[in-house]
Amino acid sequence: MKDHKLTFKLNGRKISAKIPPRLLLVDLLRDVLNLKGTKVGCRQGECGACTVLVNGEPINSCIYPAMKVAGQAVTTIEGLSKGENLHPIQQALLDEGAVQCGYCIPAMALTAKALLDKNPHPDESQIRGGLSGVLCRCTGYRKIVKAVQKASQK
Amino acid sequence: MEYALKDFHWGKEIEVQQYLQPLTAQEALGMLAQHEGRALVIAGGTDVIPLLRQGDLKADVLVDITCLPGMGDIESEGGTISLGGLVTHAQFASSALIREKAGLLADAAGAVGSPQIRNVATVGGNLVSAQPAADVTLPLLALNAWVTILSQTGEREIPLTQFFPSQGRPAIDCRREILTRVRFPALAKNQGGSYLRLSLRKALALPMLACAVVVTVDPKMKRIKEAAISLGPVAPTPFRAAKTEAGLRNAPISKETLEEAARTAFDEANPRSSLLRGSKDYRKAMVKVFVRRGLSRALANAGAALTEEN
Repeated sequence: MKDHKLTFKLNGRKISAKIPPRLLLVDLLRDVLNLKGTKVGCRQGECGACTVLVNGEPINSCIYPAMKVAGQAVTTIEGLSKGENLHPIQQALLDEGAVQCGYCIPAMALTAKALLDKNPHPDESQIRGGLSGVLCRCTGYRKIVKAVQKASQK
Repeated sequence: MEYALKDFHWGKEIEVQQYLQPLTAQEALGMLAQHEGRALVIAGGTDVIPLLRQGDLKADVLVDITCLPGMGDIESEGGTISLGGLVTHAQFASSALIREKAGLLADAAGAVGSPQIRNVATVGGNLVSAQPAADVTLPLLALNAWVTILSQTGEREIPLTQFFPSQGRPAIDCRREILTRVRFPALAKNQGGSYLRLSLRKALALPMLACAVVVTVDPKMKRIKEAAISLGPVAPTPFRAAKTEAGLRNAPISKETLEEAARTAFDEANPRSSLLRGSKDYRKAMVKVFVRRGLSRALANAGAALTEEN
């Protein structure tokens, strides 16, 4: 198996890498680029913990071949804050106490960002729809939804 | 722990030697021919990747067709709507044209998986996977869609009704052919459609039962000229309820007609008992409800609502 050349944009920076063709995006991010903010849950596209944004749209990186991001722009949770300044969604998640174990939170924050970028003032059902691809086993979602509402008011 | 994970998909690697990204259809077909039998077409990959990981599908070479030009468009010409094989569920769930001219298809697309899946999964993939419960396949079947398939020997078109000869095996060979397009007639003024879906949750849940209906009414709004009803999963392949449809031809628009259709559908649907999707008896009973309610809504959308809504 020969490694394939891959060039793409990650959190605004150009990345070039040589990777095995079977590599999935989540493994490229975590194991090759050492960005551990993206989580692995079910590994079959159901739990959404591995969500990242490709050209601003959420996708499940655990079932997304890494080669697909050639020439595309990828955003992970590491690209959300500006240095020490948290993104308004991250701040709202903290303020509302919306995080328990935290495993789903990178995906929640990114899907919320994708939603608010398109629809800055969603109602509750639109928020629930936007977040519906990420499972949270701790919180019952209420505070997460509240946090997104709060962030949308800013 | 290691032992426990051995046979679980988590512990398995995808064994792909090459990942090819052709820029034209000719190039893609050439690659498939070059690696004859060992290469497989991949589009969104939301089915292919999990199947490769589980070992249910094998391929040395993946030919990613998502960069092929012209296959990501939704077009409308002379009453016919055409979806490129690469159109994503998100794309046609939110398309104003599809909402207006084939609302049942937009409803079905919006129910698939999650936003993450819908952003990636394609209409071509949904058809090619040939699952009896495929959300988008059911309305396309009721809309009398036909698909265009491209191979090195040229293009062929086949009606969707002939696309599913047996379970999980569509009338296309994804090791040498590409589904380029699916077309169907836009709903006319005297037609209405509906899509109903029963699932455990509102997101990320496969349908326990789904029903797509398209009705055509006569100009006086007294009779059903024709009805197309597809159901899933009630048989090994996506299913058109032919006997129910025959009974509805030229039937008066009445509560009794709908009751009769529901009874016929109950008799001809044959779902299995499934731990995931519910018992056979329950789902058969729900077929009755869905056919009656689906027809009622489709009639309302055709402007021929029954006075008594059920």
